[in-house]
Amino acid sequence: MTSMTSTTAPPAVPARGRRRGGIRLAGRLTQRWLPFVLLVGVWEAVTRATASPFFPPPSEIVAATGDLWLSGPAHRLFLTDLAMDNLLPSLGRMLLALAGSAVVGIGVGIALGRSERVFAYLNPILQFSRAVPPPTLVPVFIVLFELGTQMQVASIIFSAIWPILLNTADGARSVTPLQMDTAEVFRLSAVDRIRYIIIPSALPKIFAGLRLALSLSLILMVFSELLPGTSNGIGFQLTDAQSRSDMPAMWSVIVLLGVLGYLLNTILLAVEHRVLDRRRPARTNGKVGA
Amino acid sequence: MLEIKDLTHTYADGHVAVRDVNLTVANGELVSIVGPSGCGKSTLLRCIAGLIRPAEGQVILDGRPADGVPEGLAVVFQDYSRSLLPWLSVRDNVALPLKRRGMSKAQRREAATEALESVGLAAAGGKYPWQLSGGMQQRVSIARALAYRPSLLLMDEPFGSVDAQTREDLEDLTLQVRGGNDMTILLVTHDIDESVYVGDRVVVLGASPGHVRADLPVDLPGPRDQISTRELPEFVRLRAEVGRLVRGVTETTATAAK
Ligand SMILES: Nc1ncnc2c1ncn2[C@@H]1O[C@H](COP(=O)(O)OP(=O)(O)O)[C@@H](O)[C@H]1O
Ligand SMILES: [Mg+2]
Repeated sequence: MTSMTSTTAPPAVPARGRRRGGIRLAGRLTQRWLPFVLLVGVWEAVTRATASPFFPPPSEIVAATGDLWLSGPAHRLFLTDLAMDNLLPSLGRMLLALAGSAVVGIGVGIALGRSERVFAYLNPILQFSRAVPPPTLVPVFIVLFELGTQMQVASIIFSAIWPILLNTADGARSVTPLQMDTAEVFRLSAVDRIRYIIIPSALPKIFAGLRLALSLSLILMVFSELLPGTSNGIGFQLTDAQSRSDMPAMWSVIVLLGVLGYLLNTILLAVEHRVLDRRRPARTNGKVGA
Repeated sequence: MLEIKDLTHTYADGHVAVRDVNLTVANGELVSIVGPSGCGKSTLLRCIAGLIRPAEGQVILDGRPADGVPEGLAVVFQDYSRSLLPWLSVRDNVALPLKRRGMSKAQRREAATEALESVGLAAAGGKYPWQLSGGMQQRVSIARALAYRPSLLLMDEPFGSVDAQTREDLEDLTLQVRGGNDMTILLVTHDIDESVYVGDRVVVLGASPGHVRADLPVDLPGPRDQISTRELPEFVRLRAEVGRLVRGVTETTATAAK
């Protein structure tokens, strides 16, 4: 009995500590989200007070977003038919283009970073191509490719590929020379050198490039869907709502894009941390900002 | 047989690192190379390894002029820690070169584990190099070279970061591995005792630019023993001679500089 009281007594302190920790966490969350909540509150109050048809209150936008996009059956993750027919094709095109940009960008980037000859040949072309603002090429792609998916994917690739390619080249160039000497001495094959030395060395830079490419491809995804010849997609819904002067629907697309961008970026960051966390000393570069 | 003929190397900045080096090493021989720091020991090893093309002269292996990295070569680099891959576990670092040896994954793993055991790192296989101390990293790079079973092994100050006891163990390991595998070894060291203890010959390099100052046969009975070999009058005589030669080199450079 006495032993029981003596063993139950001490945990009081850690429990209080835990509770205090919980409060601190809640406090930190409040701190982080407080400006956001305040902003939305002010926005709600102002839009309600002015009752402008162009600026529906956020509560109405959220309701419209839920209604239009997220009131479907549970087995489809609540996606409505509208979401299935527009959100998924948009995402599909974007991810396809991003994957294509990554494969080509990393491949050419490695060649560019490791071979002075390739660099000498390609650098002028690259500098020129990169300087062209990607949206200006969309009309060209409309002529070159079939309207719709082909043109849209091409437009996204043309803007997303540069940060991946140039960052990869930069990363591949900065491989520790002694690691390449080691590969040389032990006669590692070209594939093994790329797989075990060059790509791991360049990985922090590659991820930095991917993050830039992600936001660019989101922009180009919407932009390419605003143009004629589009029959579905998030951008198409935006022009469609505009032609109907449906302000809540227009705003809901914008909210949806914000959420989408945030989610995709969060997923990419999580993958990046998972991959790079195993190698503490090498990850200091390229890890800034998100 | 490894022959180095009239080897001269000048770096891009015009600095002559080694000049007119001639050296012949028989198969299975262990040659220690000593000399003051900056006299071109690493440069010499890199020329033999085919990592730098000498400005003049030749490296000849078994009668054929070497072009690039010779077959069956392993190197323990002076900058051992930067030669390890930080994103691979210690065991994978040791096993990676074995891919070119036609071994299966299981065989590579086994060979790596064995080599790590031999350098006293049996427990570190699953760790990453950056989780180990400098001396342990140095032993990983030795294990990587040994697991490869090279016919020519170049070691650049391979025991510099380990404690005295481990150092003696590694010296004996080197002798033992050499004996069992008919391996030719060039071992650069700045420890005069070590150069005599492990070497069949001691080559003393002089500085500015690097050249062979002396080439002394070591006439000590094998197998060598850390305590009794170091007591032998011949050992004591040789270490004094090598010491004088190394010091003499620095004295001449000192007077030349004045
Ligand atoms: N890449 C390089 N470029 C120019 N000079 C170098 C280079 N590497 C080494 N040296 C010079 O060459 C000389 C020999 O260097 P090194 O072979 O590393 O000597 P050791 O290994 O005997 O200390 C030194 O004077 C060094 O400064
Ligand atoms: Mg050196």
